[in-house]
Amino acid sequence: MDEALIRSLTPSVLTVLVRRGADFAAAEDAVQDALVEAVRVWPADPPRDAKGWLVTVAWRKFLDATRADAARRRREERVEEEPASGPVPAADDTLQLYFLCAHPSLTPASAVALTLRAVGGLTTRQIAQAYLVPEATMAQRISRGKRTVSDVGLSPARAHSRAGGRFDRPGDVATVLRVLYLVFNEGYSGDVDLAAEAIRLTRQLAAAIDHPEVAGLLALMLLHHARRAARTAPDGSLVPLAEQDRGRWDTKLIAEGVEILQAALARDRLGEFQAQAAIAALHADAPTAEETDWVQIVEWYDELTRLTDSPVVRLNRAVAVGEADGPRAGLAALAELDDALPRHTAVAAYLHECDGDLATAARLYAEAAHKAPNLAERDHLTRQAARVNARLSR
Amino acid sequence: MAKYLLLKHYRGAPAAVNDVPMDQWTPQEISAHVQYMNDFAARLEKTGEFVDGQALAPEGKWVRYDGEGRPPVTDGPFAETKDLIAGWMVIDVDSYERAVELAGELSAAPGAGGKPIHEWLELRPFLTAPPTITE
Repeated sequence: MDEALIRSLTPSVLTVLVRRGADFAAAEDAVQDALVEAVRVWPADPPRDAKGWLVTVAWRKFLDATRADAARRRREERVEEEPASGPVPAADDTLQLYFLCAHPSLTPASAVALTLRAVGGLTTRQIAQAYLVPEATMAQRISRGKRTVSDVGLSPARAHSRAGGRFDRPGDVATVLRVLYLVFNEGYSGDVDLAAEAIRLTRQLAAAIDHPEVAGLLALMLLHHARRAARTAPDGSLVPLAEQDRGRWDTKLIAEGVEILQAALARDRLGEFQAQAAIAALHADAPTAEETDWVQIVEWYDELTRLTDSPVVRLNRAVAVGEADGPRAGLAALAELDDALPRHTAVAAYLHECDGDLATAARLYAEAAHKAPNLAERDHLTRQAARVNARLSR
Repeated sequence: MAKYLLLKHYRGAPAAVNDVPMDQWTPQEISAHVQYMNDFAARLEKTGEFVDGQALAPEGKWVRYDGEGRPPVTDGPFAETKDLIAGWMVIDVDSYERAVELAGELSAAPGAGGKPIHEWLELRPFLTAPPTITE
């Protein structure tokens, strides 16, 4: 039995419990217990109706937990009288959970943890390992998150009043996408493949809601995931885009990403994720680094700047300008930006090297290495400095 | 989220405001100090921000490789070592501002006379894994 398949049932099972009257926090715990049991029992004894099995077991776990809690006795009587609810529209359930777990009242860290558990069905231990914190810390982060969102909703009455259009407001979708983007972009690698998990959750979301930015984010993830094998050398060091072995890019993922992106763009509701995916698609489309269509990439960065006005986007745009119009033009674009921006020095080093000013490049590479926010980047920049210094002393 | 190391020094940090050596505190003051540190860690665990906390013995050895087939050389401790780490706490927080806030709270641990030590703590960000999306 595929663990990811079991976990894909998490949102709909959880919502069934909530609609039967269980509060979100208790229902979420019960579903976790049921998932653990499923992983244990199903390989030898697979159920005919997987979702039905999970609902039954989770509901029993919920009742057991409720019974054990004397203070909740009154509510237990109420929920036990309640008839089992009929089938509920799965897409709507899933959406509600995504929204709840990405609720703006949560910190980004809590939203990420809660989404991975309540929507993704990962255990607290798996999430803790993925984010390199103790299990007890992650458990607290999740239960605080659950307390926060318990105040905002998913009681049966409110869930009902929400049905129909509540979730297609762009603002709501944007918070969910932000959380999924954070999960995907997390560089840690452990037993849990966070990038693959983010893709699974975004696919599930895309199936539940027809929204061009959801499609845009999914395309962005697929296009970046396609390069994963080429992105690191066997020794774990970073391989920059221009030096990657493009034969190792996953052409199936690229084709899927491009197709999803084109369908989204055709709807003429551009957003930042579609624009980012378009840039990734242009890189994917180039047979060699030299054949990259930098002019078009600059145009997409202009769109992105218009959409987000993010300094990081402007920095990346300066790199693209340097490739499209020459290093001098890139340096001119860079000069308009705050030099305290992360990676500003690294970009300056690269552009000076392209411009032939090796002494400045070597000095800036070393300075950029000193400021690098992560180990792989620091090592990469140190090697760049060493490489240019070697060229200088020849 | 970002991880930070809060470093506590036996020696090498700028002088604290309430700068009385611990062996001159009363036993109750020492207990109160230890209690504060434990409570602080417990509170961070509850907020989902605690990663690790450890204390180090003040005296250690310097060790280095001494060539193929030879045992490592040990030396020290050296009285002149300027920087001596006493212990650390690792936190995982949403922002740099939050890290500074927590370091400030830890520095308020009570010392002599039950008053905050105002001890200087060193705050160092962890180097992380690289993000997936960079361009």
